[in-house]
Amino acid sequence: MEVDKKDERESDSSEQVVNPWEVSAKDGGKIDYDKLIDKFGCQRLDESLIDRVQRLTSRQPHVFLRRGVFFAHRDFNEILDAYEKGDKFYLYTGRGPSSEALHLGHLIPFMFTKYLQEAFKVPLVIQLTDDEKCMWKNLSVEESQRLARENAKDIIACGFDVTKTFIFSDFDYVGGAFYKNMVKVSKCVTLNKAMGIFGFSGEDHIGKLSFPPVQAVPSFPSSFPHLFPGKDNLRCLIPCAIDQDPYFRMTRDVAPRLGYSKPALIESSFFPALQGENGKMSASDPNSAIYVTDTAKDIKNKINRYAFSGGQDSVEKHRELGANLEVDIPVKYLSFFLEDDSELEHIKKEYGEGRMLTGEVKKRLTEVLTEMVERHRRSRAAVTDEMVDAFMAVRPLPSMFE
Amino acid sequence: MGFSKDQLLNRLQELEIDYTKYEHPPVLTVEAQAKYVSSSEGALSKNLFFKDKKHRYYIVSAMVDTKVDMKVLSQRLGLGKGGIRMAPEEALTQLLQVSLECVTPFAVVNESARDVSLLLDQNFKNQKRCIFHPLSNEVSVSLNTSGLDKFLKSIERDPVYVDLEANPAVGKDQPPDLAVYVPSNSVVIPEISNETSTKQTPPPKSVSAEVKPVASAKPSKPATKGKSVVVEKSTPLAFKNPEKFVEEIMDKTSALLLSEAKVENVEALAETLRKRLTSELTHLAIMYKNTAYTEGFHAGKHSQPKRL
Repeated sequence: MEVDKKDERESDSSEQVVNPWEVSAKDGGKIDYDKLIDKFGCQRLDESLIDRVQRLTSRQPHVFLRRGVFFAHRDFNEILDAYEKGDKFYLYTGRGPSSEALHLGHLIPFMFTKYLQEAFKVPLVIQLTDDEKCMWKNLSVEESQRLARENAKDIIACGFDVTKTFIFSDFDYVGGAFYKNMVKVSKCVTLNKAMGIFGFSGEDHIGKLSFPPVQAVPSFPSSFPHLFPGKDNLRCLIPCAIDQDPYFRMTRDVAPRLGYSKPALIESSFFPALQGENGKMSASDPNSAIYVTDTAKDIKNKINRYAFSGGQDSVEKHRELGANLEVDIPVKYLSFFLEDDSELEHIKKEYGEGRMLTGEVKKRLTEVLTEMVERHRRSRAAVTDEMVDAFMAVRPLPSMFE
Repeated sequence: MGFSKDQLLNRLQELEIDYTKYEHPPVLTVEAQAKYVSSSEGALSKNLFFKDKKHRYYIVSAMVDTKVDMKVLSQRLGLGKGGIRMAPEEALTQLLQVSLECVTPFAVVNESARDVSLLLDQNFKNQKRCIFHPLSNEVSVSLNTSGLDKFLKSIERDPVYVDLEANPAVGKDQPPDLAVYVPSNSVVIPEISNETSTKQTPPPKSVSAEVKPVASAKPSKPATKGKSVVVEKSTPLAFKNPEKFVEEIMDKTSALLLSEAKVENVEALAETLRKRLTSELTHLAIMYKNTAYTEGFHAGKHSQPKRL
């Protein structure tokens, strides 16, 4: 589902481009999220919704909600309405296993989904689109399957509950009821429509054309007869990055024609590269991101050397003008990962007014990230192949709503 | 315990592999070895032991003249440009059970090396005989590659020969050609095979000293030089064993308690504990639950039907 290396495409630099295979801002600037919400037709996630989440789950909303990382949605209010009445839902998210090297940006949707699973006590399906990567990245079938299993281990290490989570790879699972839904969806989308939504052309191979239904049908509970037998009205909530929106616009368009409920979405903004908003996070440049396999030393080095600073050139100038918080990467990263709201506010104030220096901010960030990566590594070390098999076994989940 | 040189040589004889043995004083380098074993006996080899960032290990055995470029190799394995480095000494002793100077393809005979990938220089195949250490640096053996292959097959390994000097482009449409030789399992050093001994006196080596030591209130041996090796031996056990699980919780709690002891108000302290520990302990509990479920899953898969 996610892409870490974007295809080179002819893009009009006077317009920003956001789709599953390319994300680029207008004229090398920043992504305009307001424009994006307008263009896509989704909704802003406002304070009232966040408060509602707090009331319904009796716990503090996740840091990503509080800081506006997950900032847009479709029908999330309807999901909450139904939940209030006692109607549950299930979660659906995924990963396109194109590489083994997972960086923090990759973990974000999974960290948020884990919170949703715990807070709302609902089941989750995770799709590993090994077929997609085999097609788009020209990997061998075996290699993409292997990467899917490797990525599954990092995903499991995020802390999902095996009694409520089903992980599947397309190569393993497509067939049966899942495939029946795929065909139903395919019948509702013309070639022209697909080309319009996804930008396919006559040069693209037919594998690519037939992929979108694969990512669409996990939104329908009947695709998982072993999990949701007889629960055809169960609603689905999809946490994902906003560049995945096209797949689900298509799905929401098709759902009513099939007699299915439309899936709801909750969408995140993009995680910036170390070098700044304009930089691209790329699997081939290890210094553009913090990887889950980085040692404490690596993290410290990368932050000190490559994290783009909004501080001024000299100490005197900095004390006078303060830091430019708009472009400062360490502060941005802290806003993603520093739990304590008051500490973040304090740092922003002191740094923005020039009393705190870049070095201090970077030091705090290094601490926070190191702790996170360490914890992930320890959990990852405990994930055995057998545990992956257990998560991926086609089995019922009797306590999925407990 | 590790295979000894004699056990290995016996095994070669059992398999009727033709080899010639040369005994000499211990040698630490290929140059030294060359003094005692002339090139007429066979081609000398240089043997390198690498690890990657995900704690997977590789033996690369090559002709002395073959250029081994670690950057190229790393890319061909699909690990990016700087993905591999020389493995630390502990890995050598733990996994290969040989000393620094005698890394050798034969080391994969050890059970501890089952996840180590072995890559052999294609150029070996053109030689009549090649020379390796048979698990000791006081002996060298020369044998033909077919003999080496026979030995590897006898321990259920497929011999893998690679053109080590090749530098194929790796990119969007050209996947790394050696990626398939990356081991599927990473290795945590030291291995958890000695569970029973650790139940009594766990000597946990704490992971790099820069990390806030929330989990190391236990008496611990000084941290080893194992720089980038994941070493928290007790943590995997904490997910399996109820006592260790509780111990880990108590350690984290008391460490936090001690560090926050200056807070005078006991209620505030309790609040802080709750706030700071809840998410971490929940995470621990989930891994514990997942581990238990996996063990049950395994049991279910392998259980036999009731006998009537």
